Amino acid sequence: MITRRNTTLAAGLAILAVFVLMAVFAPLVAPYDPIFQDAAARLKSPSLLHPFGTDNFGRDILSRVIHSTRIDLQMALIGVAFPFAIGTVVGAIAGFLGGIVDAVLMRLIDVILAFPFLVLMLSIIAILGTGLSSFYIAMALVGWVSYARLIRAQILVLKNSDYAMAAESLGFSRARILFRHLLPNAVAGSIVFSMSDVVLVLLSGAAISYLGLGVQPPTAEWGVMVAEGQSFVTQAWWITLFPGLSIVMLAFGFSLIGDGLAERLGVNG
Amino acid sequence: MLHRYRFILTRPLQFLPVILGVSIITFVLVRLIPGDPARVLLGTKATPEAIANIRAQFGLDQPIWQQYFYFVQNLLHGEMGRSITFRIDVLQLISTRIEPTLALVFSSVLLSVAIAVPLAAIAARNEGRVIDHAVRLVSTFGIGFPSFWLALMLILLFSISLPLLPVSGYGNTFSDKLIHLILPSLTIALSLSTVLLRSLRAAMIEWLKSDVATAARARGMPESIVFWRHVVPNAIVPTINLLAVNIGWLIGGTVVVESVFALPGMGQLLVRAIFSRDYMVVQGVAMVFACATVLVNFLADIATVAADPRVKL
Repeated sequence: MITRRNTTLAAGLAILAVFVLMAVFAPLVAPYDPIFQDAAARLKSPSLLHPFGTDNFGRDILSRVIHSTRIDLQMALIGVAFPFAIGTVVGAIAGFLGGIVDAVLMRLIDVILAFPFLVLMLSIIAILGTGLSSFYIAMALVGWVSYARLIRAQILVLKNSDYAMAAESLGFSRARILFRHLLPNAVAGSIVFSMSDVVLVLLSGAAISYLGLGVQPPTAEWGVMVAEGQSFVTQAWWITLFPGLSIVMLAFGFSLIGDGLAERLGVNG
Repeated sequence: MLHRYRFILTRPLQFLPVILGVSIITFVLVRLIPGDPARVLLGTKATPEAIANIRAQFGLDQPIWQQYFYFVQNLLHGEMGRSITFRIDVLQLISTRIEPTLALVFSSVLLSVAIAVPLAAIAARNEGRVIDHAVRLVSTFGIGFPSFWLALMLILLFSISLPLLPVSGYGNTFSDKLIHLILPSLTIALSLSTVLLRSLRAAMIEWLKSDVATAARARGMPESIVFWRHVVPNAIVPTINLLAVNIGWLIGGTVVVESVFALPGMGQLLVRAIFSRDYMVVQGVAMVFACATVLVNFLADIATVAADPRVKL
């Protein structure tokens, strides 16, 4: 058993490491400048010179895929970090204080959850205008609810535990009990959830960029690249194939990490 | 027997605060746009009469809480304003777009169940063997497929390499519409089935070990009958709820997929409205989608109670 769960986690971490290295060393690894247009090499199929082919502007797809890693990884990680932090604090306070604070926050969560995730995201982006920063703000406004629910449920159980009472009888402040004693024990579930959430955020961010409402061309981003290749899909399939495969691989890596962590931490993901 | 269904009468009351909250959020969203709300809602080319009209109808020169009152009052009369691009009433516009979206959601769900049940059955009946791991790996892999990309790959395969299915659009006759729905619903179903697959597999394994299955085996039933008659129907019950929980995600999928396939549904309408700054339409679509989500969750509760006599809500 132990070896199997280690392989799941290890495989996921290995995939993620490849993408992180690709992002960090993008200018060194990429054979060409991602936005350099070579008029003589338009719509070239994959070859030794251009392993992933070129697009209608003569840009090298491999270089664009590699540079996109920077944007997409950042999008996925920031898109999870803000909701995670906000949701954890809100959920912890709601669960710990209870009463009217809890009731109001829970009703707010019900309302936000009534909206289909992407529909609310798009509506907020419609108001804020297109772009990556709008995506982050929308993500922070919408994404925290799942984390708040998870943490709140944990805190509700933990606040009646023996060690919480022990801390209370020692005269520790409520803030100290909540943030130093309860919260560290409550986050395991959220950490596992964040790995499936990061897949959702990556897919949403790429989808929003594909629709033209997120990352804007000529910046290389996988969703943008798929959109750019769409009109040429009959004659130059490579423009859309490779950025899509990159999303699939990165998402697969995150999913494996999530599964591996779920088993290791003994949490039901 | 009937008292189990009493919640059908009381539950809608619990929805009222949620619907109220939804109306507040959609209202606030549009009022947050900087600038004169009348200009924002009507666009830059609006005539002075139109601006005066909308000011009066939505009380735009009143304090914000009174504006909200006007908004709700208009809503109760089925008035959500007019689309600036289509020049018709928003609710009327949305009503012409419901059918493709509803058809897409329906066919995607049916197709994903049709994909997930046999795969989950193979995995569950071979628990721990290579084929089980293979199915699980495929489902982990499939979760990360971006729908917009998968859609294009399916078009490449089934519309271009093998010219069997239309690339995009909707069609007019029933059979024509059905043919146009195959690829869009397959796109959603391939992703959705991976989600269902995991839960179905786990539920099937649990029911295979249950007293129900043991009792059926003890009566001398062949294993395949035990499985299909006793395990599968029980394992499908939690899937109904899982589908309801994922309805928001499913609707999000239709927004993207409708845009790829140019299906004239509500999702495509939303995306186009965002580009043309048709905020009345954005507001209307968001509101209708939210109400639909609440309704689906309610229907799933009814279905769960109907499917499993032990459930009490």
